[in-house]
Amino acid sequence: MLLLDYILGRLAQMVPVIIGVSLIAFLAIHLVPGDPIQIMMHGRATPETLAAAHAKLGLDRPLLIQYGRFIGNAALGDLGTSIIQNAPVSGIVGEKLGPTVFLLVFSSILAIVIALPLSLLAARRVDRAADHAIRLVGIVGFAMPPFWVGILLMLFFGIYLDWFPISGFGKDFIDRLWHAVLPSATIALFLAPILIQSLRASMLDVLTADYIEVARAKGLGEWRILVKHVLRNALIPVVTVLAVNIGWLLSGAVVVEYLFSYPGLGSLLVRAVGYRDYPVIQGLSLVFAVLVIVVNLLADLSYMLIDRRVLTS
Amino acid sequence: MAPLLAIEDLVVEFRTRGGRIVALNHVFLTVQAGETLGIVGESGSGKSVLCRTILRLLPTPPAEIKGGRVMFDGEDLLDAPEARLRQLRGTALAMISQNPATALNPVWPIGDQITEGLRVHGRIGRREARKRAVELLRRVGIPSPELRVDEYPHQWSGGMVQRAVIAMALAGGPKLILADEPTTALDVTIQDQILALLLDLQAASGMALVLVSHDMAVVAETSDRVAVMYAGRIVELADTRTIFREPRHPYTVGLMQSIPRIEGGAGRLRPIPGQPPSLADLGPGCPFQPRCAVASPDCATTPVAPVEIAPGHWSACLHPERVGALL
Repeated sequence: MLLLDYILGRLAQMVPVIIGVSLIAFLAIHLVPGDPIQIMMHGRATPETLAAAHAKLGLDRPLLIQYGRFIGNAALGDLGTSIIQNAPVSGIVGEKLGPTVFLLVFSSILAIVIALPLSLLAARRVDRAADHAIRLVGIVGFAMPPFWVGILLMLFFGIYLDWFPISGFGKDFIDRLWHAVLPSATIALFLAPILIQSLRASMLDVLTADYIEVARAKGLGEWRILVKHVLRNALIPVVTVLAVNIGWLLSGAVVVEYLFSYPGLGSLLVRAVGYRDYPVIQGLSLVFAVLVIVVNLLADLSYMLIDRRVLTS
Repeated sequence: MAPLLAIEDLVVEFRTRGGRIVALNHVFLTVQAGETLGIVGESGSGKSVLCRTILRLLPTPPAEIKGGRVMFDGEDLLDAPEARLRQLRGTALAMISQNPATALNPVWPIGDQITEGLRVHGRIGRREARKRAVELLRRVGIPSPELRVDEYPHQWSGGMVQRAVIAMALAGGPKLILADEPTTALDVTIQDQILALLLDLQAASGMALVLVSHDMAVVAETSDRVAVMYAGRIVELADTRTIFREPRHPYTVGLMQSIPRIEGGAGRLRPIPGQPPSLADLGPGCPFQPRCAVASPDCATTPVAPVEIAPGHWSACLHPERVGALL
């Protein structure tokens, strides 16, 4: 089947990308000065214990061999053992993956809920007051760094109004949603302006198409035309923007998670870098790479749902 | 009997950076119920603007309707509120656009688009709509329509999509269809099929048809009467037989002589010299005067208006008696 071939082909493309990403991450982290054993021992390790620990962890071997070992084990599903926590990296990362995916999905939905009506309104009232206002607010929103927006949200909604918790993860689903509101809103406020901008532009583009005039000639109202005939055609560039931004979103999530003490991959990464916990950093870069690729693959597949022409070409 | 469509003294301007452009200059027309009126002219003569003005689909701004009346079935469309216009579009009034490749929305099934107008006007439900779509597709000659009604535009050829567009125009049972160059984007063999289909459907339903074309030959085959447009004006209007036998405007003659003929060979083809004028800076006189073989000095300075030189035959030429010499 054509579709299956396509998906398999795309998955095969992941292999070189993952090797490249892991190699760069591996080299970069080893270029950063600092030693995990010294950090763990607060700089009080003697040369003998240091050498013994290095030998035990394999850190005395040449980099190339260390990398080869890592990638070989990773291929078998073993991401190594955390130097600091002394537990399998796959377990540590797996435990934090859920909360981060939850956060990303929640903030994407939130961003879409914000962006969709606003961009419809902007396209409907193009070059009029509502349109200008939406664009202005969008630029301001985009210009505010997420860590700062996060702090403002914490202060206002978390402390002053006391509506939402400002840290932690929560126990059941509702409680988790509850805890994710402020960090998700922080990410969504950054993402929504990008979505509004691209949705507005692509809707205005679609509005010039002949079939829009044909739709008007059928006696359809402007809102129906926007929602039925424009929006769906305008979605493709937006899905692309979302998918391209997933890498951005992940790095944004790192900051936001840390800010809100949200127990996801981001917080884990910040701590792992601080401790020079090489295996965890490597494992995380691998997971991030896979996430980005999978999201982009899902975006490509969703084009087929939006526009049937993609399926046949 | 009062005509179905009567356009009187219609003036439409466009505001552009280069200044104001008069796209329609005191245009007048009538269309009787059941009649086919051909509108011919070069690109930019205002044919499409005229169609869009009748349907009130011109974006305003940049367009501005400066005056005149568009009486349709006893009602001035230029005064009608938007809600009333929406009601008329897709029911009594329909349009067929030029390029079938872009006339249908690529992301929705064809059948759905054909009956969307009916569903929006609240006349039928979803199940009934699908049945109607199949019927309409059968009427426009799509084979096994019940199998094809759920297909998407990209799965159909240009000629078939144009049939679907025609089916869409027919859906509301219109009294008047405005066909803006319905065959221009199609292969020659398909062009004839589509024209024949339009005329068949018209004969069967009794609707009136305004057929816009740049091609004198297409109009000759299909129309009861012909209006010739130049630089946003109607320069000649008469029944088809008269306009071909006794044209009384030099531009009409020019259009006729640019139809290639089998027996004539390339030498007989006489293109109209020069270019259509820029609508932004027209002089006070006849806009065709710089390209005209029978023009006199006063043509450049004397404003011309269409005059009824014989019953039902209008010409906007200062010297209609000279035109015979051109044939």
